[in-house]
Amino acid sequence: MNKKKIYPQWFVIIPLIIYAMFFLFPSLLGVFYSFTDWSSRTALNGLHFVGLDNYIEIFTSNKNYGSGIFNTFRFTIISNVVKLIPAFFIAVMLKGGLKGKGAYRTILYLPSILPFVIIGLVFKSIFNYNTGLLNTALEAIGLGFLKQKWLSDLGVVWTSIFGVDAWRGIGYVMTIFLAGLNSIPQDYYEAAEIDGANFWHKLRYVTLPMMKGSIMINLVFGVTYGLKVFDIIYVLTNGGPGHATEVITTYAFQLYSNGQYGMSTALNSILLVITAIIGIFIVKFMSRKETE
Amino acid sequence: MKKKRVANFVKTIVCLFMSLIVLAPFYMVVINSFKTKNEAARMSLGLPTEWMFNNYIEVIDKGNLVQGFFNSLCYAGISTVLGVVLCSMAAFVLSRKETKLNNFLYYFFLCGLFFPVNYVTLVRVFQWMNLTNTRLGIVLVFTSSMMPFCVFTIYSFVQSVPVQMDEAAVIDGAGPISLFFKVIMPLMKPTLVTCFILEFMGVWSDFLTPLYLSSKSKLFPMTMAVYQFFGKNKNYWNYIFADIVLTCIPVIIVYLLGQKYIIGGITSGAVKE
Repeated sequence: MNKKKIYPQWFVIIPLIIYAMFFLFPSLLGVFYSFTDWSSRTALNGLHFVGLDNYIEIFTSNKNYGSGIFNTFRFTIISNVVKLIPAFFIAVMLKGGLKGKGAYRTILYLPSILPFVIIGLVFKSIFNYNTGLLNTALEAIGLGFLKQKWLSDLGVVWTSIFGVDAWRGIGYVMTIFLAGLNSIPQDYYEAAEIDGANFWHKLRYVTLPMMKGSIMINLVFGVTYGLKVFDIIYVLTNGGPGHATEVITTYAFQLYSNGQYGMSTALNSILLVITAIIGIFIVKFMSRKETE
Repeated sequence: MKKKRVANFVKTIVCLFMSLIVLAPFYMVVINSFKTKNEAARMSLGLPTEWMFNNYIEVIDKGNLVQGFFNSLCYAGISTVLGVVLCSMAAFVLSRKETKLNNFLYYFFLCGLFFPVNYVTLVRVFQWMNLTNTRLGIVLVFTSSMMPFCVFTIYSFVQSVPVQMDEAAVIDGAGPISLFFKVIMPLMKPTLVTCFILEFMGVWSDFLTPLYLSSKSKLFPMTMAVYQFFGKNKNYWNYIFADIVLTCIPVIIVYLLGQKYIIGGITSGAVKE
């Protein structure tokens, strides 16, 4: 069979052109521009190379871009921990079969399909100090002392963000875990029980090793989502109070709005390098698994 | 037996409690969208004293929602159909013709799963190509940003379609185009539907792309229209909530109709191990 003829290369080339043009090329172009003074005034003053100035500015200026980078990592790690661990146990719990399991799954998955802007706006109202649902509910059940200024108090603002993120994401993570759990043959558990395994033994020696695939998928999606997070923070706090909840992407948008395009692309390029390192690591891992 | 019943009872309580936490905000939004401005500002969970169905008519008019709806539909519909068809073509050939180059190209597509899109330079690219503030430009950006996920998902599905299918079709005299569109594509239907639904919902929810790439409110999708409306009417929670309900209804309908495919799709990778 003539492979050239029945699998024409132009099937690949057309999508490749669009993809390269609107996805990868802008990213690489961003690296180039990050070494220039590109700004809204470039049209008048011309474009100049400034070497590493943008990067030096990011790490040494008093504008705290460094904390934005730190916050990006913090969000990535904590948001995944608070979603993955509870979702795992909920999945284990739901797995055993329960009346109305399908309905619970439909409901718990529901938030993850909604636009982040919407979720942000809804929680802005829920977090309202005087009239919001959360504080009212706390008072109603006699926990009024827990009332907080959820989005403007430095001490709790991150908790609020992680809470909203978990509200949205747990169902999604759980669904993937459930599929992984359902693919484990029941005999494995029966065999373990004959050997006298208790709940924790079974979890440790049967469930966890068999769930590697779904844990991996959740981690890949979770980490890439966390590093690129923007919408939820932009709508909930817009980086505030002060600059306490800025992440790389919110700073990049701010700089873009101020016309400091060079600085904005420099921040974006830092994010690109971070995700590239993590990406290469993951792709290597996946391709090794395929050849095994 | 008794122990099992107790366990089931506890499970049910936990599940009901979690469902309550998920559903409470939905209830609050819907119920308050029917209240008057002052009543909605209190955000209570009680029923409205007077049902203000007018809020919806008002917000459709003021919030530019008809325009927003058709923009969202245009972005999500066109970019997703285009993306899924192009990606299935690419994934088919990449998977069937495993040359060194194609293997490289597969990972080239895949790296987009991790990379962030650089919107600032994308604005520049738009200027060069005369795409600034055009629907075509925004559609192409959405199409390209869904490619990594779609190629990845469809590629692994193609591998499960037996090569004998291709051979049989070619012996029957099919050319590459009819082989692909008449034989292979129908076989890939489950994956294609999954990709379509997931990406459709993704584009519908997206906020960042239009935020950078459209400066004209004529081009705003529903998400942007809501956010703009919120900015202008911060105290009118009844309208904001009505706006939110209208923006969510389309995705919720797609979700409920396509649920089977969504769960199957996002989990296929996990189960395969």
